[in-house]
Amino acid sequence: MATLGELERAVMDLLWEHPEAITANALRDLLSQRPPAVAGGTDTKELAVTTVLTVLSRLEKKGLVERERSIRPHRYRSVTSRAEHTAELMLEVLGSAPDREAVLARFIGTVTDGEATTLRKLLGRG
Amino acid sequence: MFWTSWFLAILAVILAWPVPLVLARARWTARSPFSAMVLWQAIALAGGLSMIGAMLVFGLVPLGGNLISGLKNLLGIMLGRTSGAQLEFWHAFALSAAALLFAHLVFTLLLTYARIHKQRRRHRELLELLSSPATGRPGTVVISHDVPVAYCLPGGSRSITVLSDGLMNLLEPDELRAVLIHENAHLSQRHHLLLWAFAGWRSALPWLPTSRLAQRSVNALIEMLADDVALHSVDRATLVKAIALVASGPARLAPIELVDGGGDRIDTPETTSARLGRLLNPAPALPRPVQTLVLVGSVLLLAVPTALLTVPGLLG
Repeated sequence: MATLGELERAVMDLLWEHPEAITANALRDLLSQRPPAVAGGTDTKELAVTTVLTVLSRLEKKGLVERERSIRPHRYRSVTSRAEHTAELMLEVLGSAPDREAVLARFIGTVTDGEATTLRKLLGRG
Repeated sequence: MFWTSWFLAILAVILAWPVPLVLARARWTARSPFSAMVLWQAIALAGGLSMIGAMLVFGLVPLGGNLISGLKNLLGIMLGRTSGAQLEFWHAFALSAAALLFAHLVFTLLLTYARIHKQRRRHRELLELLSSPATGRPGTVVISHDVPVAYCLPGGSRSITVLSDGLMNLLEPDELRAVLIHENAHLSQRHHLLLWAFAGWRSALPWLPTSRLAQRSVNALIEMLADDVALHSVDRATLVKAIALVASGPARLAPIELVDGGGDRIDTPETTSARLGRLLNPAPALPRPVQTLVLVGSVLLLAVPTALLTVPGLLG
């Protein structure tokens, strides 16, 4: 049995691939079709729909998945794309980073001739 | 007691303004980041201690000859056992201010921790879904993004180092190793705790320009410390190349950055410039005796207000 973390990952991967909302049953079928290596390296054939529902509600709590409640059974979709989540992480890391060019420009403004030569040599452009 | 409070007040002012200003501009700090780091911590701690201590001691003047008897009498007044008639307005005011400042500092520090912790948890949750383990590098994951970036996410035994695809494509294996050693140094030297403390200090006293200076200096110093660790295993040229290629500096402790709320970035181009300049044009390390002097000075800085507050009470 895959761990919850591995399942969350496999479910998110599927939801990111399917932009349209999808039921837990359909998700379970897709998960079962996946080769074990993709679905977290463990066997997911005997996955119960309740397990998929548990994973989905965990992901919903984390704000990663939203649920369409208008029809039954409920359909699930990812809140944003994979790329947007990655961008969110990178934004946290880089913050409102001044553009990278500016950093080197600032450095070059303060650099001495000797340092510039060394740097050019190191970068293989001397 | 009265003169002690004045002395502490003067010490607090000196430590809050001229001293950090001078230290932030000093050039020797790049030659011994470790001693400079210890000194910054001593300044912050001694500054807070003398700020609170000055008000506390002033407020207790009418209540006793030393801190302990003063506090005992204060407790009596607060419990209603003795009358507080001898406590005039200004003394009561100073006591309240001391209590408020102390609570404010502690509370802000805890709040900062909670904020960092929450942010890290969210970051880790997303990372678990978005990254894949780096082959052959335990505790390291790769995230697919073009911007070259490397950072570490502290969390005890669950600490991880994150590399981006962009970085892996940009750097040669040697340079990548330099970056990884640098990041590991941040984790093993627990730099996130320092960043937390100074971020907390800054959130608590944002109107104090020196709390920003301190945070910025400390940030630069931990980068230098990590660079020095990397220099044990890779040569200077490789490290310089890695830093220059990543341009704005490969190393960041991500979760602190949003805590910086003020909008000012902690990791400035100046930090990267300082790191590169110091590696390209290495100055000799600060002589041992001078390093020792700085460390002894730091200890004294902390010992003086502590002694002023406690020793008369112990002797009396």
